[in-house]
Amino acid sequence: MEIPLKLTPKPRLERLFGLLAPLTIVLLAWELFARLGGFPAFILPSPAQVGARFWQTLTAGNLLFHLQVTLTEVLLGLAIGSLLALALGYAIAKSRLFERLLAPFLVASQAVPIVAIAPLLVIWFGSGIFSKILICALIVFFPVLVNTVVGIRAVPRSLNELMRSLRASRWQIFRHLEIPSALPVFLGGLRIGATLSVIGAVVGEFVGADKGLGFLINVGRGQYDTALVFVAVFTLVALALTLYGLVVLLEKHLLTWQENHL
Amino acid sequence: MPIFSIENLSITFRDEQNAAGLHALGPVTFSVAEREFVCVLGPSGSGKSTLLRALAGLIQPSAGTIHFQNQQAAPRVGFVFQQATLMPWRSVLENILLPLEVEHLPAAQACQKAQEMAALVGLTGFENALPRDLSGGMAQRVALARALIHDPDLLLLDEPFGSLDALTREKMWGELSRLWQARQTTVLMVTHSISEALFLADRVLLLSARPGRIKLDLPVTLPRPRSEEMRYTPAFGALAKQLKQAIE
Repeated sequence: MEIPLKLTPKPRLERLFGLLAPLTIVLLAWELFARLGGFPAFILPSPAQVGARFWQTLTAGNLLFHLQVTLTEVLLGLAIGSLLALALGYAIAKSRLFERLLAPFLVASQAVPIVAIAPLLVIWFGSGIFSKILICALIVFFPVLVNTVVGIRAVPRSLNELMRSLRASRWQIFRHLEIPSALPVFLGGLRIGATLSVIGAVVGEFVGADKGLGFLINVGRGQYDTALVFVAVFTLVALALTLYGLVVLLEKHLLTWQENHL
Repeated sequence: MPIFSIENLSITFRDEQNAAGLHALGPVTFSVAEREFVCVLGPSGSGKSTLLRALAGLIQPSAGTIHFQNQQAAPRVGFVFQQATLMPWRSVLENILLPLEVEHLPAAQACQKAQEMAALVGLTGFENALPRDLSGGMAQRVALARALIHDPDLLLLDEPFGSLDALTREKMWGELSRLWQARQTTVLMVTHSISEALFLADRVLLLSARPGRIKLDLPVTLPRPRSEEMRYTPAFGALAKQLKQAIE
């Protein structure tokens, strides 16, 4: 018997089947369970009912509008939170003084769950989109910060000495050494941040909003329109998956020199 | 005219256990002439690497001075470390041209110079390979090419072949000799190996144990080009014996 040296990648069709088969089984089981169990639609709508509600909300309703609101909050929050975390993380990684000054506050801020501060932020900054962006930025901030600090601190000392022996400027060291060296770890943080940002937006919309997917869940719940709740939840899942996938694509594009990708 | 001269250079590191600090090197006084190949030999902890780092401007002298011939501009050095110290995200060619990039040379020109340099160190065909695909000897060739590409005033080598196997190391000696003669550069090389020092150098500086001081300044009068066979001649043996005795 021959032992294959390399695992050949599965053909695309086979991979698609591997993804779709379990999904179909779950949906079928759910459909059967909902029908045979005789639950009313406001307790457990069947997949068919959810599908119909989805189509209706998409074409006649305003699913896309709410999606767009949540997407804006998520992306702006992610961008602002990551940029702040990047700047502060770099300062902390490079300066012990900064670290001693800021670290206690940063760690303490993580002890307060975001759900607890969200109502305050909505009271202070209104029920509009701004308070949600703030919540997203806050929740994204910490993982990106930690990964930035770890990434910058892990820049090999020997490469730093090399750059200094070439009389490279601070900017050149940053541009040619620190950025590429810390990039893999930073992008790992961004990947976590992207999914957390979606959670942040929903938390904010739950607390007080008149638009967005979180608001749509609230509406569905209030009107016993459980199918609508499912529609909003699945849309959120799709949103989070897409964002995550985009960051992974970005990693693949930027880190071609690394062998292994998750 | 010496390319640099060192006077009473002394380096002390801060030390947690010792208030006076760790006296690593000196005082040492010596100078190196242009295009000279000098090897620094000495036991571990004699401050050999410290000396190189001070010359590269990576650490400040605690006392004494380093004077470079050209006082207007900061001296330009090429540094080869014990490990190849390549940037893993850059290809061989991109690693080689790094010093030119730091000096803001136009990309096309830098690329062409790097191509020539890659050919000179025998890396033709590997320009686009990544460091992870290189053997130890090849990686160190890239490091050597990178250290030479900007025509530095001074080439500093910190046990560059220490991590290579014996056969590759001896092959690299020949290559380094050839490169040194082709590029007409001044070399200061730290090594543990008496044969390596005698094979390559015009002059061997022997440092004592910590704090490193110059114990012996030995001119190596062996004819060039030096070949493998030369290592078995009586002249080579006599010099080796002299160094060996001075170490003990």
